[in-house]
Amino acid sequence: MIGLEHFLTLAAMLFVLSIAGIIINRRNLILLLMCVELMLLAVNFNFIAFSRHLGDETGQIFVFFILTVAAAEAAIGLAILVVLFRNRRSIAVQELNTLKG
Amino acid sequence: MFQSIMFYTFALIMLGAATGVVFSRNPVHAVMFLVLTFFQSAVLWLMAEAEFLAIVLVLVYVGAVMVLFLFVVMMLDVNIEAAKRGLTRYAPFGIGIALLMVVQLMQLIWSRGHGFAGTGGFAATPEGYSNTKALGAVLYTEHVYAFEIAAVILLLAIVAAITLTMRKRPGIKVQNIAEQVAVRAKDRIRVVKMDAEKRQ
Repeated sequence: MIGLEHFLTLAAMLFVLSIAGIIINRRNLILLLMCVELMLLAVNFNFIAFSRHLGDETGQIFVFFILTVAAAEAAIGLAILVVLFRNRRSIAVQELNTLKG
Repeated sequence: MFQSIMFYTFALIMLGAATGVVFSRNPVHAVMFLVLTFFQSAVLWLMAEAEFLAIVLVLVYVGAVMVLFLFVVMMLDVNIEAAKRGLTRYAPFGIGIALLMVVQLMQLIWSRGHGFAGTGGFAATPEGYSNTKALGAVLYTEHVYAFEIAAVILLLAIVAAITLTMRKRPGIKVQNIAEQVAVRAKDRIRVVKMDAEKRQ
C-alpha cells in the first residue's frame, strides 16, 4: 500500500538528485535554474504527501503559493539571464566575477 | 497492488527523467527531461488525490514556465562544448554528497518508531469529496490575503521581466508621430523676400 513514507522517499531522492545536479552543473546557469525548479518540486511532493496524510488542505495551499512564487522566480531569473547574455555574450558562471566576491 | 505498480512505474520514470536533467549535455534535452519529470509528478499528485494541483502543475509549469525555459535556451547561443569542459571533475563529489544525504534521509523516514514508516496507506477520503472545492473553500476565506499577495507577486514578476529585458537601441531611426502631426506649414516653408538681381 502506498503511503506517506513512499512519497517522502521519492521526494528525498528527487531533492538529493537536484543537489547533485547543482554541484555537477556549476558552470551552466540555465541548468542551475532547472535544478532549483526540481528542488521546489521535491518540496511540493512533501507538502502534498503530508497534506494527504493529515487530511488538511493547508499543505496544498502552500504548494499553490510555492508554484506561484516559483513561476515569478523563473520569469525574473530568465530575464536576468537574457540581459546577462546580451551584455557579456556568455552565461558561464566562472566568468561572473565583476563584483569580485 | 495495482496502485503500487502504478506508483513505482511513475516514480521510476520521474527519477530517470530527473537524472536526465542533471546529466544531459544539451540544455534543450535537459528542458525536455524536466517536462517529463513534471508530467510524471503530476500523475503522482493525482494518485495522492491532489487533483487541482496536478492540473495546475501541468498547465502552469509545463505550459508556461517550461516553454519560457525552452524559449530562453533556444534563443541564447550557448556554447555547449565550453560548458562541458571540466564538468566531470565535480561529479564524484556531487554524487558522494547525494548518496550520503539520501542514506541519512532514508534512515530518518524508514526508522520504526521514530520515522513515518508503518503508517499504512493514506486514509480514504470521504464520499463526495472534491479536492478543488475544498481548496477553494480554504483559499478564498482563510488565505485570501496571501492569495492577493500572490497576485501582486505575479504583477511584480511581469513588471520586472519587462523592465529588465526592454532595451532602447541607440542609432536607429524612428518616427515621432506627435511631432509629425503637430507640424505647421510655417515651420516647413520659409518665404524669402529679396530684390531682383540684374541680368549678368
